[in-house]
Order: sequence, then C-alpha cells, then structure tokens
Amino acid sequence: MNTPKIRIRNLYKIFGSHPQNMLPLVLNDGISKAELLESHRHVLGLHDINTEMQAGEISVIMGLSGSGKSTLIRHLNRLIEPTAGEILLDGRDVMALPPEDLRDLRQRAMSMVFQKFALLPHQTVLENAALALKIRGVDQATREAEAMKWLARVGLSGAEKQHPYQLSGGMQQRVGIARALTADTDVLLMDEAFSALDPLIRSDMQDLLLELQRELRKTIIFITHDLDEALKIADHLVILKDGAIVQQGNPQHILMNPADPYIEEFVGDINRARVLRAGTIARAAEPSMEIAGSVDWSDTLEAVIALAAGRTDITVQVARQGKPEGIIEMRDLLAALVPYK
Amino acid sequence: MAFYDKMFELLGLGSWCEQGASDGPMSMAALLAQAQGDDAADDFSLPFPSLDTLHEACSAIPQTRDMTKGAENSFLAVKDGLKFFLDPLTQPLSWILEGALYVFTTTPWWILIPLLVWSTWVATRRRGITILVASVFAFFGFIDHLDVALQTLSIIFVCTTLSVLLGVPIGVAMSRSDRAQQVMLPILDMLQTLPSFVYLIPLIFLFSVTEPKLYGIAIILYAIVPIIRLTDLGIRLVDRDVIEAADAFGMTDRQKLIGVQLPLALPNIMAGVNQTIMMSLAMVVIASLVSAPGLGVLVLRGIRNLELGVGLVAGFGIVLLAVVLDRCSKAAMQRIDATQKSR
Repeated sequence: MNTPKIRIRNLYKIFGSHPQNMLPLVLNDGISKAELLESHRHVLGLHDINTEMQAGEISVIMGLSGSGKSTLIRHLNRLIEPTAGEILLDGRDVMALPPEDLRDLRQRAMSMVFQKFALLPHQTVLENAALALKIRGVDQATREAEAMKWLARVGLSGAEKQHPYQLSGGMQQRVGIARALTADTDVLLMDEAFSALDPLIRSDMQDLLLELQRELRKTIIFITHDLDEALKIADHLVILKDGAIVQQGNPQHILMNPADPYIEEFVGDINRARVLRAGTIARAAEPSMEIAGSVDWSDTLEAVIALAAGRTDITVQVARQGKPEGIIEMRDLLAALVPYK
Repeated sequence: MAFYDKMFELLGLGSWCEQGASDGPMSMAALLAQAQGDDAADDFSLPFPSLDTLHEACSAIPQTRDMTKGAENSFLAVKDGLKFFLDPLTQPLSWILEGALYVFTTTPWWILIPLLVWSTWVATRRRGITILVASVFAFFGFIDHLDVALQTLSIIFVCTTLSVLLGVPIGVAMSRSDRAQQVMLPILDMLQTLPSFVYLIPLIFLFSVTEPKLYGIAIILYAIVPIIRLTDLGIRLVDRDVIEAADAFGMTDRQKLIGVQLPLALPNIMAGVNQTIMMSLAMVVIASLVSAPGLGVLVLRGIRNLELGVGLVAGFGIVLLAVVLDRCSKAAMQRIDATQKSR
C-alpha cells in the first residue's frame, strides 16, 4: 500500500571474535549454522533477514528461544551492531548514523518495552514514565504532565508516587508501556513485553495494546514466542527459525497456508476456531441453504459456530462494514478447523 | 666452597673473578671463618649458591649487603625527583589535616559534641545510635581522653572523605573499561596485602616525619582500596536490563552514570565507605609511629614505656570509636537502602 516505515535488507549477524572474517564463508560458501559453530566457533545469529514493517501496523516477530528474535529487534535501534546489511527507517540508513544521531533516533524515533520491565528501581512510577522526556531535557512540569496523561491512559492513575517494587508485574509493565508512549515516538519496539506476565494479565495487556493501537496507529514491532499472542495482535507476522525467516505475511494466510512442516507443526497446536477470522474462509457465492445470521468479517470462527448453534445445514453470511461480502457453509468451517496434511 | 671455586675455573671465568677482587670490608661470616681457622676446605660441601657463597668463590659477584645497599641507593636516586613532584602535590593534604585538627581541638566541647551528635541523628535517624554516640563522647570527656579521641576522629574524617573523593572516580573508571580494571586490580591487591608498616618506609624518606601529609598519605593509600573495589563492583553489578533500557532511550554516558549506575550502585558504594572508615581507623593507630596524633600515640606510649594502663585505656577507646563509626555508617547505609529499596 504505502512505503514501509522500516525496511530490513540482507541483515546478517555473526557472534564471535572475528565476525567479519566469517562473513564471506556465510555469504559465498553458504556454510551452515552448525558447521560455523563446530569448525569456527562463531554463532550465526541472523541469516539474511529481509522484511518490511508498515507504518501504523503491528508487526509480530515470532520464534522459539534461540531463533534470533530478540537479536533482531535490538538491531532496529542498534543495541546490537549487525555484521552486514541495511536497516532503513523512513528511507534513512540506521547503520550509517554517527553516535549523536543514533542517540537522537533512540530518543525521538523509537522507544522500547522490555520483557523484564527494566524500570529504574530508585525512581517513582511518575519519574520512570517521564524518563524519555527527561533525557531529552524537557522541563519538569511539562514532562510530568505528559507522563501523568499516559499513566492514566494505561490505567495507573493514583500510582504515580509509588516505586516499581511496590507494583505487581502487570502494573510494572503498564509503567513500561507508559514510559514508551510518553516518549511519543512513531515506532514502538516490544521485546517479549508480556511474556513474563501470567496468562490472564497477559490477555488484559494484549487488549490494552490493541485498544491503544486503534487510537494511536503507531508502528509496533512486537516480539513473542507465543503463537496465540502473535495471532491475536499481528497485522503482519514474521516467523523466525535458527536466525532465518521461515515465513512472513498476513497471519491468517500463514495459518491457512503454512509454508513448511516446521510452521505446520507450529500452527497445529493452536485453537483455530479462536484465531481464524470469518473473513479468512468466507467465499463470495450465493447462499444455497438457509441463512442463519450474519457475522462481521473480523469475527472469529467461534462466533460463527456460536451463531450456528449446532446445526450443520445452514449458511452464515459474512459482512464487511455492514455490507454482505460472502458466506460460510458449515463444511468449509469444519475443513478450516483441521489443518490439512 | 671448593665446588664453586672449581666451577668458575672450569667455566674459564677465573680471571674475570680476580678482576672484581676488592679490599672491601669482609663479611661477618668470613671473619668468623678466619678466626676459627678454615679447615673445612677438603670436605665436600654444597651450600646453596647464594650471593654471599658465590662471592666467596668469585669476588666479581656482589655480596647480599651490596644488593640491599643498591636498593637503597636506587631509591635515594629517584627520591629527589619524586619529592619534587609529590611535595607540592600533597601539600594541600597537610593543610587540610592541620586545619581539621585545629578545628576539632580548639572548638569548645559544648559546641562540637552537640554538633557531632546532631549530625549522627541527621545521618541515621536512629535514637539508639544517637544516644550511643552521645554517651561515648561523654565517656571520653569524663576520662580526659576527649581531645585525643577527637584528633583521631578528625584524621579519620579527612582521610575517609578524600578516599571517597578519589576512590569513587577511580572505581567508575575501572568499571568502564576492562583494561583499566586489569591495570588497577594488581595495584589494589598490592596495597591491600602490603603490611601497613611497609607503607611507612618509603614515605619516611620522601617526606619529613613532622609533616601531617606523611601519615595522611599512608592512611589514604591503605583505606582507599575498598571504596575503589566496591564502586567498580557495584557499577558492574547494576542490572543489565536497566542499562539496556537506558541505552534504548538514548541516554548519554553521563546521564547513565549519574541517573542510573551510581544510584543503583549506592548500596555497594556505601559498604565501601564503611570499610574505608574502618581501615583508616586501623591505620591511624599505626600511623602514630610517624607522629599522627590521637589515641594511637597513647597506645604507642603504653608499649614503649610499658605503661600498661595507658595503653589499655587507649586501646579500649579505639574499640569504642570503631563501634560508633561502624554503627553510624551502617545505619546511614540502611537508610539509603530503605529509601530506594532497589531489590
């Protein structure tokens, strides 16, 4: 649709004492990750990453531990230096930035939310939330007003004077999000932001994030190892394995068309009725059976099943913005629920 | 002995050895051997090839006493140069120590004691410790040891303050670069293991014994080690996630140091301050050998003149001071911990 906010091209990261010497081996000889570790004592962290992140979308990078997802997100603001490749933010090469410009980028263009919250333990919630503005040198009254606003927005009014250790994990991460939002950057990097929280709180936080995103339309890069979480919030899904991208694209599309056995196995475990959307399996055809009712394009299949109330001889109409766009027959639905071999 | 004579002959160094023959004074051992009549020449014996033994077989090799003499001479040779730099550089230390001693001994007790007790209260906010401090001062006053105790205290204050002012920046520098740490660690190890008397030997040659900076330097060198180590350690132990967050939000190194690293390392740094205070107290007693005033002088008098009572009372006074200083610094430390409650 439009030009991507962030574009990553041919990004490589090799960990070890002489990464530059190893680069030709990887680039030209196509040496494998295992071989590189075995015979050269270097770890191939990221292997030829190419992806784009659109403005105003949530791009989720998903992978198991060791897949390089945390390494990848740290390349975006250069907390980790790449071995080779390009990262373009609004067409500007992040790799080429001198230290002052890089600092400026971190202060104004990208903020980050961390898995372990990483709040300053000796400062109050308010001071923590105002951190980014303090670093920029904004005066105290302005930055605290701004921080108060965002703390209220994430549901922490009244906790401003407390210290992080007095808050629960979920509340601490709300402070983390408020801190990132107060920085008022276009890009928000979230590194396993909800992984340390227990499931109910995690679900709450996901809803909070989606709600904020509807309003703010930021470019969010979200890292997770949890496929359910990824499918719930992703506009664009990138699946990493051993430092390389296995598949990327629309999450619903990945779910219906897994590219290889690894992804098939991955998506095999999830509750498909809850994550597949009606629009994904709707067909543009005339209904041949009785129409039981209508669901929205973005409703989950669970809603469709609930509407059918156990009957298999009916059709459900799928509407987008109130306009009927397609139908779902019950046998389509059943076929979609079981991943085909 | 004959073994080494033959060895030098065999090596063809006989003539070289003869060259070195001098009519310097004989060693004690040689004199004794001469007096008893040297008849052991036929026996086969193999003494350890030390300098003295080898000198006997070959006069070109120096004796052990020449070696110690050489060490002394080389030290004396650099002494003037060192003194030229160090004297003006350390002169302020003398002034500060003299000033502190002057203030602590001339301020009337009814101003100084309440002031010290009040500052204990401000630093610790603990009623028990404040009362302890007040009663210890009252006790010193009652047994006529207040002046000497205050002299000791003033030296400790000055030396601890300077140790912190110098030690924290050194610790910060060490925490920032592994190279600086590699260079500093052996030096700190040496300062810590060197027997405290050995500090005094080169210092006595460099500075006049009547100057306060002599013992000031000795105390600071001895007491600065823990504050450097613990500052370095404290900063290195700061949670890496928090440091990463500071980087991710674009903090400058300076903002990171002042806003994150030092505050989070503070509990460790305060533990270092406590250790520094304790070690300067230990050293101030030994420094009485080089004219540091205070309770140490009385202990020294007790030893030198066998005035048992004087030595015992002064020793007990030092223990009291140590307890008070330890309690105060620990309570102040806990207060900082409580207000920031980092973990």
